Amino acid sequence: MNPQALMDGLITGSMIGLGAIGVTLTYSILRFANFAHGEFISWGAYFALAVSSALGYLSGGLLTPIGPFSFGWSLPISAVVAVALTGGLALVVDALLFGRLRAQRGTVIIMVMASFGAALTLRSLLEFIFTSKPAYYSKALQIALPLGGGLRATPDQMLSLGLAVVLVVAVHLLLTRTAIGRSMRAVSENQQLSGVVGIDVRKVVRTVWVLGAGLACVAGVMAGLLVQIRPYMGFDLLLPLFAAAILGGIGSVPGAMLAGLIVGLAEAFAVQLVGAEWRAAVAFVILVLVLLVRPQGLFGRPE
Amino acid sequence: MSVELIGYGCFFLTMALTYAIMCLGLNVQWGQTGLFNVGIAGFVAIGAYVSALLTTPDTANRFGGFDMPILVGWLGGALAAAVIAFLIGALTIRLRSDYLAIATFGVAVTVQLCALNLERITGGPFGIGFIPRPFASLAGDPLLFSLFNLGVLIVVITLLYIALERLVRSPWGRVLRAIREDETAALALGKSAVKFRLQAFAIGGGIMGLAGAVQAHFIGFIAPENYLPMLTFQVWAMLIVGGSGNNRGAILGAVLVWGLWAASAGAVAGLFPPGQQARAASLQIVMIGVALCAILLLRPRGILGEEKVVSRHLGKLSSALRVDAKPATPKQ
Repeated sequence: MNPQALMDGLITGSMIGLGAIGVTLTYSILRFANFAHGEFISWGAYFALAVSSALGYLSGGLLTPIGPFSFGWSLPISAVVAVALTGGLALVVDALLFGRLRAQRGTVIIMVMASFGAALTLRSLLEFIFTSKPAYYSKALQIALPLGGGLRATPDQMLSLGLAVVLVVAVHLLLTRTAIGRSMRAVSENQQLSGVVGIDVRKVVRTVWVLGAGLACVAGVMAGLLVQIRPYMGFDLLLPLFAAAILGGIGSVPGAMLAGLIVGLAEAFAVQLVGAEWRAAVAFVILVLVLLVRPQGLFGRPE
Repeated sequence: MSVELIGYGCFFLTMALTYAIMCLGLNVQWGQTGLFNVGIAGFVAIGAYVSALLTTPDTANRFGGFDMPILVGWLGGALAAAVIAFLIGALTIRLRSDYLAIATFGVAVTVQLCALNLERITGGPFGIGFIPRPFASLAGDPLLFSLFNLGVLIVVITLLYIALERLVRSPWGRVLRAIREDETAALALGKSAVKFRLQAFAIGGGIMGLAGAVQAHFIGFIAPENYLPMLTFQVWAMLIVGGSGNNRGAILGAVLVWGLWAASAGAVAGLFPPGQQARAASLQIVMIGVALCAILLLRPRGILGEEKVVSRHLGKLSSALRVDAKPATPKQ
């Protein structure tokens, strides 16, 4: 077995984990499985691509690589802008579609169906604007540095892993230690009751969208930096995202991250055994196993 | 000229009616029972591939080719899809309603993957060709051939429609509606919600498999790219537009949406230069997506909407009540 699979798994896993946090938050607080969440990943990556090319056009100096990394200052700056834009996109989709359906008291499954429609619309729009040709943030090549134990990683990969850890800790602290985090958990327990005790439910809903879409955007930028940018990148991650959110237990942020890593590692090791063409089936197998053995997930509570 | 026009009309209607079969299957799952299936393309593909394997002549570098009659292929395709639907249903129907959606989405992804990678069985990306077509002996006369094919589809749809209408009005169909509207009340009457839902899901899946098989034999060639998530989406748009819960609505929606789709594909081909057509085709999908969301928001009932009363006993009762109730309306 190639030890490099461990590194690949950790990196894919941290992207899946970041996306799954958004899925699990939408699921537990807005109470529906959002099939459009993968599109926030793709839109985030393309937002960052558009902003960073614009910055590079304005000032070529921003494109010169920083230290050991393959990208210049244009990418971190555009990633921050892209997080804001993706959050804005999520709010717009909510205002146009999900918010109205909530106001009409549509059933859960109508929301799921609407998210399915939104997903196809958003993805095809990307395909229309940017075409389906793959794109990259930087053309620079990187040498993977040996880490010991036969493991190798590029500086970009190490940075992405570090960033994922920081973000998960930050989101966990936000949910457990701040006022808005407590409000979010209260709304996920009981929406009506938390409205009665004076929690601004609409503010909580907005926070969930911005937070989920922002994390998805970071995952998208990471995927774009380490792999490539395609309109279908988010769609291809959708099944792993759901598998991770359910494996981790709906509503649990550490669970989503841990399960994301498990799904990522399982994919990487399975690819060694059965070949890369079966990668997408791994998430499905995990999903079926979780539903069979422990439908509430690792950290979830039984219904 | 007119012969070509009739020929195209037949082709269009035959295609539309294959989608109408999928729509009828989805109507059993969603319209009658409220089960959300995001993997329609997967079930359709299972039906198509199983039927193709059963009926094609023996092929050297591929498993199977059993050269069986077309009807056996259709039934086999329907049965295979029903079994897979039953297994997925058994796994998830007890759980939250959107777990079923996620699991069926997984089925579609996995079936697509199998179709692409199990080259020894499915022919991989190149698919399976030379699927026997009904009335192949008439292929020399295109008009007669397409008329007969359309005839087959009309017969299949009519039989399916009559069967499903009877099913909806049967005690079984009424229990399904009762469970969908008020599960607790249905449980109190001693009806097992899980069992009825599972049956409905398997029947719906089987009908989708039949649709895939019929379509495969009509086109004569199948490949994995026929069964992308786009197909799932189209069928959903058809049912929602036509009116879920209504079998006539399902058929009407299929013909309408397929017509819109074909017309917009024609417009894309006519209006955009060849280099930009792949790009413009994605606008087609945007249009259908926006339309689906708009209908969900503005007219969730669809064009025909659901028949409120399906029981003949209740029909008499409610009309009797209406006559009684009229004079009693209080004056403002």
